[in-house]
Amino acid sequence: MENSVKFLTETVLRISGVDPRKCMKCGKCSGTCPNYDAMEYHPHQFVSMVEKGQIEKLMNSDSIYLCLGCMACVERCPRNVAPGKLVGAVAQLKLRQQDMNRKGGNDVAAFADEIVPQQLLMAAMRKYRK
Amino acid sequence: MQKIGVFVCWCGSNIAGTVDVEAVAEAMKTVPGVVFSTHYQYMCSAAGQKLIADAIHEHHLDGIVVASCSPRMHENTFRKTAEAAGLNPYMVEIANIREQCSWIHKDKEEGTAKAIVLAKAAVAKLLHNKPLTAGTSAVTKRCLVIGGGIAGIQTALDVADAGYEVDIVEQRPTIGGRMAQLDKTFPTLDCSACILTPKMVEAAQNEKINIISYAKVEKVDGFVGNFRATIRKKARCVDETKCTGCSLYMNKCPSKKGKDEFNMEMNNRPAIYIPFAQAIPNVAVIDPEQCVKLKTGKCGLCQKVCTAGAIDYTQQDELMEREYGAIVVATGFKPIDPSPLNEYGYAENADVITSLELERLMNAAGPTKGTLLRPSDLKHPHEIVFIQCVGSRCDENTKRGKPYCSKICCMYTAKHAMLIRDKYPDTKVHVFYIDVRTPGKNFDEFYRRAVEQYGVDYIKGMVGKVAREGDKLMVRGSDLISNQQVEIAADLVVLATAIEPDPSARSIGTMLTASMDTNDFFTEAHAKLRPVESPTAGIFLSGVAQGPKDVPETVAQASAAAAKVIGLLAKDHLVTNPCVAGSDELLCNGCSQCEKVCPYGAITYVDKEVRGPGVREVRRVAQVNPAVCQGCGACTVTCPSGAMDLKGFTNQQIMAEVDAICL
Repeated sequence: MENSVKFLTETVLRISGVDPRKCMKCGKCSGTCPNYDAMEYHPHQFVSMVEKGQIEKLMNSDSIYLCLGCMACVERCPRNVAPGKLVGAVAQLKLRQQDMNRKGGNDVAAFADEIVPQQLLMAAMRKYRK
Repeated sequence: MQKIGVFVCWCGSNIAGTVDVEAVAEAMKTVPGVVFSTHYQYMCSAAGQKLIADAIHEHHLDGIVVASCSPRMHENTFRKTAEAAGLNPYMVEIANIREQCSWIHKDKEEGTAKAIVLAKAAVAKLLHNKPLTAGTSAVTKRCLVIGGGIAGIQTALDVADAGYEVDIVEQRPTIGGRMAQLDKTFPTLDCSACILTPKMVEAAQNEKINIISYAKVEKVDGFVGNFRATIRKKARCVDETKCTGCSLYMNKCPSKKGKDEFNMEMNNRPAIYIPFAQAIPNVAVIDPEQCVKLKTGKCGLCQKVCTAGAIDYTQQDELMEREYGAIVVATGFKPIDPSPLNEYGYAENADVITSLELERLMNAAGPTKGTLLRPSDLKHPHEIVFIQCVGSRCDENTKRGKPYCSKICCMYTAKHAMLIRDKYPDTKVHVFYIDVRTPGKNFDEFYRRAVEQYGVDYIKGMVGKVAREGDKLMVRGSDLISNQQVEIAADLVVLATAIEPDPSARSIGTMLTASMDTNDFFTEAHAKLRPVESPTAGIFLSGVAQGPKDVPETVAQASAAAAKVIGLLAKDHLVTNPCVAGSDELLCNGCSQCEKVCPYGAITYVDKEVRGPGVREVRRVAQVNPAVCQGCGACTVTCPSGAMDLKGFTNQQIMAEVDAICL
């Protein structure tokens, strides 16, 4: 599979349907994120990094598995940008590249320490179960 | 055969860059009726106009076509040029080869071909033009100002100063508007009431100004110079001529459940009340929703204590009809209701308030007599969070707020933060912001003072959630600069809510046929060059009704609107547009379709004896009042029998243009 910045960016934008140029950099998504501290890259960074084409960094970060899929950032974004959809799209892109380190259901269980909310496990099982 | 001259303008390179103007001028020479054709660099310049005037004399032209910019720009210029050279001004046609041709084409060949077609269409129309003479209409030398806030007051004062009568119609029981509710004003921090109330008094004392409070404009007919308005003066149940404003009734009134609108409904008021101490007129009003006497017939306590005998429970709404030459819209604004933005918890928590509510909480005449106490338990707040852009700058598809910047919030938030830090130095103040916008004289200096001198903590980022925990409000937001999520345990949260036009604006706009934008702000006639006039003649815009602005900008616009009103009222007569509709009585079948579509009420029906070849009978036919008709043409396209025609734009002229383009 192709891995050029252009290809990856276009794919993420196509899958998510998100236009990162609409972002006014208010940070409300990150202000509202319930799993902010666990994530290496925060919702607002997903938006600006996708815009800059830094998809591979995002794909290789655990942040894509740590998104709870609660959609609070999507719900509250004043500019209709939907950062949560970008996280989902990057995760999906990663998933499609089967030979890369895709997390299976068992790997997700390894995340299950007390700081990880239950909701994450539920979301992960939904997303990554075989 | 008419003698027509064609003048092709280069408009520098605006037209000549994409259109071969020489080729256009050359091509037009072969068009039937054209006896002279030329081109010039700037036809609108003095030299260009002289070229036209000379050609009219030399070639005895009886009509000219100027192929240039949009008629909105220079039609008037060329009509005057033609008139000065002895032509009827309505024998001038403009072929718009700039906006509708050169600016939108890249290919010179195509652009040139299209310019030739547009010029030919103009010639074809001109061949059917008839000289028209403009009539005149009188001007009623009185101005109506809708809204009695600082915008309306300033406009009224300036118009009255020039010697004209002004009526201010205010929907609330007092004038003063939003500015009366403010505690202090930025960037000088002077007391709002101290600078507003002298103006209110000045308006009340000015013998040219008539304040009609607790009233609304119900209907407006007519046209520039000759408006007729129907005003409903609501029943106050208090005789304005007798009431002394003594407030003796205040403690007697048994109803205490009315919400005090002036204090943003943060406390209750009696059913009979005066909104605030400096209200003008200083006359009580009875709230019919709350008055026990009006609801049950039993009570009448206020009537018993009133020594002036001013209380009259039987008072009815009064309708008055007045004539005006000009109307000024100064309907102002209100803050949005932030309840739907549920992450801020405004509806659930008494201690989440709007900035206008904070103004009242800090004001000596407010519900806490000027001591900053939070609404839930009346304790002094020690940690306060301000949130900016609440409901402003939102994408239109989110339905979460307004797409525009409300403009005043950055400055009033800095003001609030500074005032609180100054008066209560033990209080921590945080401001969540997206951008701090301070374009204005001494504005950025003001904001920097809040940060540097008063130690206000500005956090770049937005708040995602406000939730109550015990007696604290947990405010979670992002701090984008330090790339952290922060949580602040606050005692009070203040939302800098977006502002929106007053709810009355939409119906007033419809009544005046004054255009509005999608946010219900009134549209100006030209965004840059005619910012205080509505596109509807005789309607002027003052204050936030046109768009968000602060007090100095509002006052500036109010005076500008007044200057325009004075310019209109100073005229004894207005020249009317001769391009009005007319009905051919022989063709009219009296169907009333045109009367229904006419937005100006210019068409009436009369029974009239009609004489024509083989016809002599009494018929019901349409008649157009040329003084009221604005020449919109709605009737001409509606008329099923083709009896209606618009002078200067007859069906024949338009068909000739179409034929010239298509054949």
